[in-house]
Amino acid sequence: MLVAPQIAITLIFFFLPAGQALYQSVLMQDAFGLTTEFVGLENFRTLFSDPHYLASFRVTVVFSVLVAGLGLSIALLLAVCADRVIRAASGYKTLLIWPYAVAPAIAGVLWLFMFNPTLGVVAHGLRALGYEWNFLLNGPQAVALIVMAAVWKQISYNFVFFLAGLQAIPRSLIEAAAIDGAGPMRRFWTVIFPLLSPTTFFLLVVNIVYAFFDTFAIVDATTQGGPGQDTNILVYKVYHDGFKAMDFGGSAAQSVVLMVIVIGLTVVQFRFIERRVNY
Amino acid sequence: MLRKSVLAAALAVGAYAQPALAQSEVQWWHSMSGALGDWVNGLAQGFNDSQKQCKVVPTYKGAYDVSMTAAIAAHRAGNSPHILQVFEVGTATMMNAKGAVVPVTEVLTKGGYKFDPKVYVPAVTGYYTAPNGQMMSYPLNSSTTVFYFNKDAFRRAGLDPNKPPKTWPEVALAAAKLKTSGEKCPFTTSWQGWTQLESFSTWHNTEFATKNNGFGGPSARLTFNSPLHVRHIENLANMSKQGLFVYKGRGNSADAPFYSGECAMLTASSSAYGNIKKNAKFEFGISTLPYYPDVPGTPQNTVIGGASLWVMAGKKEPEYKCVADFFNYLSRPEIQAKSHQETGYLPVTMAAYELTRKSGFYDKNPGTDVPVQQMIVKTTDKSRGVRLGNFVQVRTIVDEELENVWAGKKSPKQGLDEAVARGNEQLERFERTAK
Repeated sequence: MLVAPQIAITLIFFFLPAGQALYQSVLMQDAFGLTTEFVGLENFRTLFSDPHYLASFRVTVVFSVLVAGLGLSIALLLAVCADRVIRAASGYKTLLIWPYAVAPAIAGVLWLFMFNPTLGVVAHGLRALGYEWNFLLNGPQAVALIVMAAVWKQISYNFVFFLAGLQAIPRSLIEAAAIDGAGPMRRFWTVIFPLLSPTTFFLLVVNIVYAFFDTFAIVDATTQGGPGQDTNILVYKVYHDGFKAMDFGGSAAQSVVLMVIVIGLTVVQFRFIERRVNY
Repeated sequence: MLRKSVLAAALAVGAYAQPALAQSEVQWWHSMSGALGDWVNGLAQGFNDSQKQCKVVPTYKGAYDVSMTAAIAAHRAGNSPHILQVFEVGTATMMNAKGAVVPVTEVLTKGGYKFDPKVYVPAVTGYYTAPNGQMMSYPLNSSTTVFYFNKDAFRRAGLDPNKPPKTWPEVALAAAKLKTSGEKCPFTTSWQGWTQLESFSTWHNTEFATKNNGFGGPSARLTFNSPLHVRHIENLANMSKQGLFVYKGRGNSADAPFYSGECAMLTASSSAYGNIKKNAKFEFGISTLPYYPDVPGTPQNTVIGGASLWVMAGKKEPEYKCVADFFNYLSRPEIQAKSHQETGYLPVTMAAYELTRKSGFYDKNPGTDVPVQQMIVKTTDKSRGVRLGNFVQVRTIVDEELENVWAGKKSPKQGLDEAVARGNEQLERFERTAK
């Protein structure tokens, strides 16, 4: 009985939409829902016979690995540094946590302003250095732009958890290692990093989910999937087809695929990576 | 004393509330922000002040695609607005939503007004007319594609600022001269699919899609990989390689580099006029869209863009009467003419055009009649407009493939073939839902 509210929330906000997505994904419908045709798995067949959809997988994998990898390593570096700071520590921490309060779309626009080939400050600087910056036609540059925006936004979140993790490590362990003659690098890799592993694992899962689901607003505000389809990540395609183009069946099928992928990834992570985590 | 004043107040409230009770409220969802938002609110205010039975309530519901999605969700939930502004891209979707919308002709005739198609500008209303001659939606704000150029940059390059290039070969020559004079971005374009393929097709009286560009029903298929289209995209790709054409992004993102002075020539919507006039710190001119003079029947007319007002189904009779009154109010020549002059959108009725011409507005603002001139000719089956289902996806596909061409990843022929093949898959999907 005590968990009933929790279960009700989960049912209404998680299972009901997921069920609806499943139901929609086997239908073909016009925008107003006036004609509905049951088409079975046809929406899925169309998707997987489309080479552009498959290319979108590759983009998404590159994007997610970059976002999760960079986001975690930069945040860890910052957290280790902030952990050592003694003066004005809370000031640093507040500033580092700040970007998390920024909505993804706003983060996208911020970075777009800096890197806009026409108006951007950074684009201007790059050109002065002789580097031709034009993400409108250069795919890798466009990917770099959305990765930067997505990572920047997620660093704060990772930072908070890493910092908490670091502060939970007993000082005595580190001091013992220091007395045994281990240098700072060695202390970090043999003592601190293994003890942080539960945090790192948790953040890895969260970051992958973030990169897969939460980043469409950044793409929408900056590249809209272009140039060509170089930044057309799966979740942006779901958003575009569903909310801009109103192809609900196709969009629902895509979101089901995405759901399956994330469930799969999470299971893999729990089964294989969690074994190496020391609690 | 006190009792008296209370009584007076009650009477006053009663007298005031009486007409308000009989008043019908009409909800109007639109996508006009900034100066255009003020314009829309002004229209509603003007109508509300002109009579007592009806009250039109305009609400800004986000950009075109957002407000359309919102309205569709509202319709599914059973509380759609009375009037919805839908961009031209959504026209085929709305037309196929039988039962969700009421044709404007029907609303007007039931409201006691005579519907005479002859008073309207044919290229404008033709686009929103069903095969049976019924006008489906009210063309509130229609725009078309025009060519803008920076007169100061022309002077610096030794070009005649009063002789803008009329044809594509002339554009390339002018661009080369502009580049030599130090311009970094001689030519760019907004809405590349709309200006360089859709409007390009009607302007050259060439099919963009079969079935009269989709007017003949949902079984239309794309044809914009014809030799003429390939030739044009090849031309632009060559200009891009030589730095004569610089790609500035999707949608209208090329407008800003033009009025900031970075780009010297631009093809864009006629409705960009207001922004350009407000922001440009140089003298600019408007001219007709360039064409290839060796193509027979060129120039024909440019394609329509912008948005129209759709009336949603399932409302009460007196409310529909109000909608009819409101549309009738909007059609008044003086209201139309004022809207046209204020916004740069096309006039909807011939009378409004005549009124504006007689007032001397076009002489005082040279170039503002270009979009009208491009549109008031008699249209052909190939030039009436492009009305396709899943058009949002088709436009995105065109954007993607053209970007591949500009980036040199695909040849113009490959890019267009691919865009047609992918676009046709979308049209096939639409055809199946549009039975």
